[in-house]
Amino acid sequence: MTSETMIEMSSVHKWFGELHVLNDINLKVTKGEKIVICGPSGSGKSTLIRCINRLEEHQRGEIVVEGTELTNDNRSVEKIRGEVGMVFQQFNLFPHLSILDNCSLAPIWVRKLPKVEARKKAMEYLKRVQIDDQAHKYPAQLSGGQQQRAAIARALCMEPRIMLFDEPTSALDPEMIKEVLDVMVGLAEGGMTMLVVTHEMGFAKEVADKIIFMDEGQIVESKNPTDFFANPESERTKTFLSQIL
Amino acid sequence: MSDINKNMTPPVIEIGVLGWMKKNLFSTWYNTVLTLIGLYFIYLIIPPFLSWVFFDATFSGTTREDCTSSGACWVFIKQNMKLIIYGLYPSDELWRINIAYFLLTVSIIYLLIPNLKYKGSVGIFLLFIFPVICVFLFSGGLGLENVETRLWGGLFLTLVIAGVGIVLSLPIGIMLALGRRSKLPIVSLLSTIFIEIWRGVPLITVLFMASNMFPLFMPEGVNFDKLIRALIGVMFFSAAYLAEVVRGGLQAMPKGQYEASQAAGLTYWKMMALIILPQSLKIVIPAIIGSFIALFKDTTLVLIIGLFDFLGIIQFVGTNPDWLGFSHEGYVFAAAIFWVFCFGMSRYSQRLEKKLDTGH
Repeated sequence: MTSETMIEMSSVHKWFGELHVLNDINLKVTKGEKIVICGPSGSGKSTLIRCINRLEEHQRGEIVVEGTELTNDNRSVEKIRGEVGMVFQQFNLFPHLSILDNCSLAPIWVRKLPKVEARKKAMEYLKRVQIDDQAHKYPAQLSGGQQQRAAIARALCMEPRIMLFDEPTSALDPEMIKEVLDVMVGLAEGGMTMLVVTHEMGFAKEVADKIIFMDEGQIVESKNPTDFFANPESERTKTFLSQIL
Repeated sequence: MSDINKNMTPPVIEIGVLGWMKKNLFSTWYNTVLTLIGLYFIYLIIPPFLSWVFFDATFSGTTREDCTSSGACWVFIKQNMKLIIYGLYPSDELWRINIAYFLLTVSIIYLLIPNLKYKGSVGIFLLFIFPVICVFLFSGGLGLENVETRLWGGLFLTLVIAGVGIVLSLPIGIMLALGRRSKLPIVSLLSTIFIEIWRGVPLITVLFMASNMFPLFMPEGVNFDKLIRALIGVMFFSAAYLAEVVRGGLQAMPKGQYEASQAAGLTYWKMMALIILPQSLKIVIPAIIGSFIALFKDTTLVLIIGLFDFLGIIQFVGTNPDWLGFSHEGYVFAAAIFWVFCFGMSRYSQRLEKKLDTGH
């Protein structure tokens, strides 16, 4: 496997007012790597991945995505957002547009793809997540699991090199979690670089190259799944694992 | 579950007219009294009004002498129709206004018929090309004779003021709303000041300032047309109100919509134009149309700066010695026409809401 660096975060800090939400984060992600980030709520795991596509601004340190440093320069932000796809907890589909239009909008307006081509590509990705038969419906007409799969297809239509998942199954009914995780496993097997914030430890075991445990803004533990579950070092990790497993 | 339960149907609700009346109108002794008093008032008002408007009214004739009955004298409206619709616009040039009325009516009817093709093009024509055509048709140029705006009047003038106000104030209002929510302090401050000043001043004051004070600030010899000054005043006044309406819609947008647009790489303007505004404007359609209806009725205030709009000209023809004493007919007619336009807008608003509903 090549070890091309996709994301490099060095000494990244961020505060929300007085609250130190990211405290000295150092993280290197190589091409094709799948990283699962877990931790108690408020530990800063969502903030960490949201810093990568600048939905949150880091205040100290350096984040380099595919050789481009994230700065206040809009061009660097736009360039990075074009390479990084994101899937949200609440799906955040555009409710006034059909599923197909949700998927083809950014390729048309950001990538400047011709409409016909963008729609063709959107249909391909919708087929891959198995909701091509729902393409002409509106988001509100779909189940939660279908909406989240549509949201994944929407992100994939931009052909990103990195995918960020911010608790993609937390808002879903239990019987729909599997259909979304299946899509994500398929994506991982295809070699996508992925950062996934999730509590689905089964998914972490199956897919992750590395599991990161965060608490109070710090990376407490960072190990491959076998070691992570078998010999966690820190007490906090042990407590967390005992609570969720 | 037993087989019996499977065959159960919901209970049939039977009310009927009598049941409904018993439940809603005569349920208690005081509701019965209220209903009877209400019916009595309806009996007092409606039949005399109907006989004045229709049954005892005079519709044919040419002079006031033809109006001998006790009802309304619609001859008064009929004889002055030209003034009421066109104002003092020269008789030889009326065809220019008629073309505009025709184009407007045809376009609107086209837009109202469901499932027709090219509606987008017709909409663009109505918003961008039609106004340009109107400017030339109404004021002259390109070989057409010049018609001064002091001759414009009647329903024609009302539609010009309301039309310009409606078409221009919405985009300005949207820009002001975006400006007020901008992260740039200067833009936000200027938008806020602009909105609050215009909202804090009565329209009548705006029109007075446009008509009487504005010329004082201009160097000698520079003279803007009075109608244009009034139009600008009406436009900004309405834009300031719309800005606050639109801002309400923007604030109702969930944060996730912004984040999803940004994550997809959309720039600020594309995000606004494609994702945020279409949704937030949809939420505030009733309030926007409400503003338009208010604007349409407020156009009658231009009377105080000497422009004869629809209502103004009806008042004016009522002072004609040949037709003294018929102002009731004039006001009832004006009310009816205003009602038709405003009710039309209101219905259109409801249709639009239904049509754009995607279930969220």
